[in-house]
Amino acid sequence: MPKMKFMEAVRETIRQEMEKDPTLFLIGEDVGPYGGEQGVTGDLWQQFGDDRVRDAPISEALIIGCALGASMTGCKAIAEIPFGDFLGMCMDQIYNQAAKIRYMSGGQAQVNLVIRTTEGGYVSGAEQHSQSLVSWFVHIPGIKVVEPATPADAMGLLRAALRDGNPVIIFEHRYLYSLVDDVPDDPDFIIPLGKANIVREGNDCTVIATALQLYKAKEAAEILARKGIEIELIDPRTIDPLDEETILKSVKKTGRAVIVHETWVKGGYGAEIAAIIADKAINYLNGPVKRVGAKNVPIPFSPVLENYVLPQVEDIVRAVEETME
Amino acid sequence: MSEQIDKLSKIHLLNLYEKMQLIRRFEEKVAELFAKGKLPGFVHLYIGQEAIAVGVCDVLRIDDFITSTHRGHGHVIAKGGDVRKMMAELFGKITGYCRGKGGSMHITDMSIGMLGANGIVAGGPPIATGAAYGAAKIRHTDQVAVAFFGDGATNEGPFAEACNMASAWKLPVIFVCENNLYGVGTRLGRISPSEDIASRAAAFHIPAVSVNGNDVIAVREVAEEAVKRARKGEGPTFIECKTWRHRGHFEGENPTYFNKEEYQMWLSKDPIAGFRKTLLSANLADENDFNLIDQKVNQVIEEAVRFAENSPLPDPATALEDVFI
Repeated sequence: MPKMKFMEAVRETIRQEMEKDPTLFLIGEDVGPYGGEQGVTGDLWQQFGDDRVRDAPISEALIIGCALGASMTGCKAIAEIPFGDFLGMCMDQIYNQAAKIRYMSGGQAQVNLVIRTTEGGYVSGAEQHSQSLVSWFVHIPGIKVVEPATPADAMGLLRAALRDGNPVIIFEHRYLYSLVDDVPDDPDFIIPLGKANIVREGNDCTVIATALQLYKAKEAAEILARKGIEIELIDPRTIDPLDEETILKSVKKTGRAVIVHETWVKGGYGAEIAAIIADKAINYLNGPVKRVGAKNVPIPFSPVLENYVLPQVEDIVRAVEETME
Repeated sequence: MSEQIDKLSKIHLLNLYEKMQLIRRFEEKVAELFAKGKLPGFVHLYIGQEAIAVGVCDVLRIDDFITSTHRGHGHVIAKGGDVRKMMAELFGKITGYCRGKGGSMHITDMSIGMLGANGIVAGGPPIATGAAYGAAKIRHTDQVAVAFFGDGATNEGPFAEACNMASAWKLPVIFVCENNLYGVGTRLGRISPSEDIASRAAAFHIPAVSVNGNDVIAVREVAEEAVKRARKGEGPTFIECKTWRHRGHFEGENPTYFNKEEYQMWLSKDPIAGFRKTLLSANLADENDFNLIDQKVNQVIEEAVRFAENSPLPDPATALEDVFI
């Protein structure tokens, strides 16, 4: 199995799919000769040229609009928004147009659109370059929401999204772009959307963690194991549709649940997962469902402030211990 | 105008008349049904602006694309839409274009390149730009895309983004601004530096023309030129059509904000009555020709109402269909 950086896994998947499908194109800011603002697109422009790897003006609404219009009329499109924080600039094209046009046309329009964007802090990006806005899209019907944590998942989920035929938004964590791990040597490797991954098995407490938080939860698992607590760690990978079955099965086994995401606890998708557990597994619970996420302030700049606001390993350990009490 | 008229056959001229009359009678019927309380929701009527949709769509092919607005009935009919399915949609019936999910503001017919009416001001121009991108740069066809929008949309950011993008890449887009001087109840001059909009296109290096939007032949002439340029890969054109809506912003709203003399002046420039007069005085048609068309149009509208009224309502559970493929 070859090893790849997360960003290389994304790039190679795009390359393989573009080689297969001449109607697939990529549009975004600096995706061309520059190689992507985060370096993801690399040499794709050299291979596919201007039309299929299109440097866009800093016009987020039109990056989505252009990808959407083309994707409704016989093309397949990837729109890249380099920072998820900029999604507000193109929100209407995403939630009122792309997510609804199939439904409001009575099923006539097909939207072959994948929006790739980023999330995440711990890099002193400050308030407008550090957010995790995944929950916004979980709230909207008509768009699927993906949050990969590993290079292999980034590959399998992106390919699934590109072959899904529906609007999908993928949040790639900036901190994970350089992470190296095994990826399957299979040009058709797919991870179905809506399929969770049980990362670690345990009987004492279910921990549901996404993206960078998965790694923090893994660290927490080691600390807890030394204290005699074995957590079952689940990465949903797709937030919408959510693999309820895997989560509920685990919670019914452990009787406890902690949900960890980088976004704000208040109104975050962890609340939705907690509500599902309360609704469908409450009789199995032996402790409160805990949520770990960002404190209720914008994400600050200075590392000492940022680390205080964003979730840390010890927050996860504490949450598990609290629900075990 | 006579020079232009001479280029068209009698059948062609009467077809333009018929299309405009079909829109007019459709809208008058909708007004009547709405007043009787037979239609749920609200409707924005196109009465007074018929020459624009008909003049532009007359020079399009069935495989060209259009995007529309909240005032979209005229565009659907002009592009070749089925008034029965339109009427059924307004009644919220399962036989409607959108299976009762979209209503007046979202009528879509992908089979004729009608990519959707749109409830969001300036929602359409980005999508039209994308359809044009897909055609010209990815699928390599000579299809063009027309974005219909009102004066109000020209103050939205995505409109400017669309103009810039279409011009930068010489995309086959025709921007058709229907300047009826009012955004809901606010006069254009109160919120814009000028009531002439075509001049804005110069900032984007887009050739622009301002035309009497109540003159179907004049609109057709400039649209024909614009489509020719677009198909040849010479880029977008901006067409400002000066016009006036005869009704309120939506049915049930009394446009007390109109200047009465100006309103009367525009009513006297009715696009259909004016065209009829022109054809009569040029001896290109006689009263009998118009009477036959009017009778036919009335029958088509009555049949559309019958079809809509006799159609079943959707099974409520179909509300859960058509989100994803």
